[in-house]
Amino acid sequence: MRSILTALAATTILSGAALAEAHGPDLTGTLRIVSDMSNPAPRAVMEDLAERFEEMHPDLDVELQVIDREAWKTQIRNTLSANPPDVVNWYAANRMMPYVNAALFEDVSDVWEEIEGLDSVKGALTIDGAQYGVPYTYYQWGVYYRQDIFEELGLEEPETWEQEIANCQVILDSGRKCYTIGTKFLWTAGGWFDYLNMRTNGFDFHMALARGEIPWTDDRVRQTFANWRELIDMGAYIDNHQNYSWQEALPFMVNGEATSYLMGNFAVAPMRDAGLTDDQIDFYQFPAIGEDIPMAEDAPTDTFHIPAGAENKEAAREFLKFVVSADVQTDINRGDALGQLPVNAQSEVDEDKFLEQGFAMLSQNSPGGVAQFFDRDFPAEMAALGMEGLQEFMVYPDNLEDILQRLEQARQRIYAN
Amino acid sequence: MAVAPVVPDRHPPAFARRGWYRRNEIALTPWLFLAPGVLFFTVYVVLPIFQSFGISLYRWDGLGEATYIGLANYRELTTDRAFEISLWNNLRWLVLYLLAIPLGLGIALFLNQTVTGIRLYKSLFFFPFVISQVVVGLVFSWFYLPNAGLLNLILGWFGVSLNVLGDPDLATYGIIVAGLWPQTAYCMILYLTGLNAVDPEQVEAARLDGAKGWKMLWYVIVPQLRPATFIAFVVTIIGALRSFDLISIMTNGGPFGSTRVLSFYMYEKALAEFGFRMGYGAAIAVILFLIMLCFIAYFLWSIWREERGGRG
Repeated sequence: MRSILTALAATTILSGAALAEAHGPDLTGTLRIVSDMSNPAPRAVMEDLAERFEEMHPDLDVELQVIDREAWKTQIRNTLSANPPDVVNWYAANRMMPYVNAALFEDVSDVWEEIEGLDSVKGALTIDGAQYGVPYTYYQWGVYYRQDIFEELGLEEPETWEQEIANCQVILDSGRKCYTIGTKFLWTAGGWFDYLNMRTNGFDFHMALARGEIPWTDDRVRQTFANWRELIDMGAYIDNHQNYSWQEALPFMVNGEATSYLMGNFAVAPMRDAGLTDDQIDFYQFPAIGEDIPMAEDAPTDTFHIPAGAENKEAAREFLKFVVSADVQTDINRGDALGQLPVNAQSEVDEDKFLEQGFAMLSQNSPGGVAQFFDRDFPAEMAALGMEGLQEFMVYPDNLEDILQRLEQARQRIYAN
Repeated sequence: MAVAPVVPDRHPPAFARRGWYRRNEIALTPWLFLAPGVLFFTVYVVLPIFQSFGISLYRWDGLGEATYIGLANYRELTTDRAFEISLWNNLRWLVLYLLAIPLGLGIALFLNQTVTGIRLYKSLFFFPFVISQVVVGLVFSWFYLPNAGLLNLILGWFGVSLNVLGDPDLATYGIIVAGLWPQTAYCMILYLTGLNAVDPEQVEAARLDGAKGWKMLWYVIVPQLRPATFIAFVVTIIGALRSFDLISIMTNGGPFGSTRVLSFYMYEKALAEFGFRMGYGAAIAVILFLIMLCFIAYFLWSIWREERGGRG
C-alpha cells in the first residue's frame, strides 16, 4: 500500500516537473558551469548538455568551462572558495566530505524531493541526512576476462572462491598469469581489497572499517589478507606490477599473457581499441567467498554540485534536475557517449554487452550494498596510506604484520581528529 | 642685445636651490633600482617563509578553520616513518649527486681539445641538460623497464635481471643516476668555460718544471678552476634538494613510498590529491628550509670571504 502511495506521489511530482519543464521556469542571467569532463567523449557530452539547457531556457546564458580532470582534483578548492561558479563536478561519498564540512557545497535536499528514480544512489550523496549534489553517471567494477582463453582452457565463469582459485591454477599451468594489474598509482590495489573484504566480511563490515570503527589488526581484516595471499602465493598476478599504471598493464591482457583484469567498466574502451572483439572479452561478478555474505559491489559515482557561494542557484537547481531526468540520463550514458550506467532507474541502458551485465548486476545481484571505491569511502589520508600498504602487501606479503600495525596507528590518529 | 659672458660661470649652483632627491641622488638611485626586486622578493619569498613557520603550528585543511596545535606537527614528524625515509633519501641525493662534479670535469677535460667538429660533440654532451627533466625521467624509466628495457636486455646477456624502479632498495639510486645525466652536462659546461680562463703561461711553467698527468691536473688546473667548482657545487646541491620532477615521473614516490624526498613528501601531504594537511606539509617545508639554510649560509659565507679577500 505504501509503495503504491509513494509511486502515486512520485508520478504526480514527475508530471508536475514535466509540466514545469515544458513551460520552463523563467531562468535568466548566467549559469556558470565548471566541469572536469575533459576526456574527448565526456567533453562532448558536457558541451551538449550545456547547449541543450541553454536552448530550453532562451533567456539564460550558459557558460561552460572544462578543466583537466586530474588538475581539477586540486583546483576545486580554489574555485570553490574564490569566485565560485554555479555548478561544478565532483565525486560522491567521502570525497565530498571536506567541502560539505567547510560549507562550500549547497544543501540540495529540496531538489531530491522533486526528482525520482534515484533511490539506489541517494545514500552516496547523503551526509547527516541531507543531500549535497546529484549523480550523473556511475559504472560497475568486476572481472573482465579473455573469453577465448577461457574457452580454450575449458573454463567457466566462477561463482565461488574455490572455483576462482581452481580456474587460476589451470591458467597458471597453461603458462599465463591469472590477473593483470598496474599498481604504480596505488588505487588499483584498492579495488582488490574492496572486493576481497566485502566478500570475506560483508559490505557493512567494509563500511565500518572505512569509518574507522574497526581496527586494522582485527582478525577479520587478517582473514581478508589471508584470502588475498592465496592468490599472491600462487603467482596469480603479473610480475613487477608496481612499475605499471593501469593502462600499461592492459597489454598483458591484450597479448594473452594474463587472462583477467579486475577493473571498472572504463577499461572496456581501451581493450576494444587495442583490437579485442566482444567475442574475446567478457565480464563476471567477483565471486563469493564467505558463505551467506550478500554480494556487494563497487560502483563509483560522479556528481554535480552547487557551490554554496553560487550566484544563480535557481538556474543551477534546474540544471541538476535536468541532468538526472530519465531521458537525459539515457542519452548521456549511451555507449557512444559516456558508455556508463544511467543513475535514473527509469532510464534505458544502451545495448552493450558490458553495460547490460553491469546494470543487471548492480540492480539485481548486489543486495549487500554499493560501495564507492576505496579512495572515496575511506577518508583521504587513510586511503592514501592504506593503498600504499596494499601495494606493499602485494609485492612483499610477508610484511603484512608491519603494514597492519602502521595502518592501525594511522587509523587511531586520523579518526581522532 | 644680450652679451655672452666672457668667462663661463664656474660657481656651483647654490645648494639651497637643489631638491632633496638631487642632493641624495648617489645614495638613493641604487635603492630605487633595487626596489622592485626587493619588493617582490619580500612579498613572494621572505614573507611566505615566515607564513610557513606559522602554518606549521596549526592543523588546517586549507578550507575550514585552522586549529592551533603548537608543535604537534613536529612531534608527529619524529614518529613518521615516511618522513624518516624521505630524509635519508635526501641525504643519498645530496651525496651521490655531487658525483656530477668530477664527472663533469672529466668530460670537460676530454672535450677541451681542438678536433674537427668538437663543437658538435660539445653540444651533444650538453643536450641532456637542455631537454626537460620530464623527458629525462621518461627515457630512463623506459631504459629500466623490467621486461622490455635496454638495461635488462644488456643484463640478460649475463643472465641477470633487475627491476630497478620496482625494488624499494634500488629505486632511489635508479632515479639519482637519471638525475646525474643532465647534471653532469651542466657541470661540464661550467668547467668548459672555466678551462678557457686557465692561464696557458702557468701550464707552460708547470710543464717546464716537469709536472704532468694527475699532478698537473690537481696542482695546476683544478686550483685555477675554483670559481667554476664553487658554482658547480652550488647548483648541484640545490639541484639535489630540488629533486622532484624525476621522482614524480619515474616512480611517483613509490614503490610504497621508498623514493620520496622531503620536497615530494611535502607536496603529497599538502597539495596532492589525498593531502591537504597544510600544517603538516608546512612542518616538512620548515625542516627542508633549515637543511637548505645550512648550505645557503655556507655559500654566503664563502662569497663574503672571497669578496673581502679580493679587497684586502
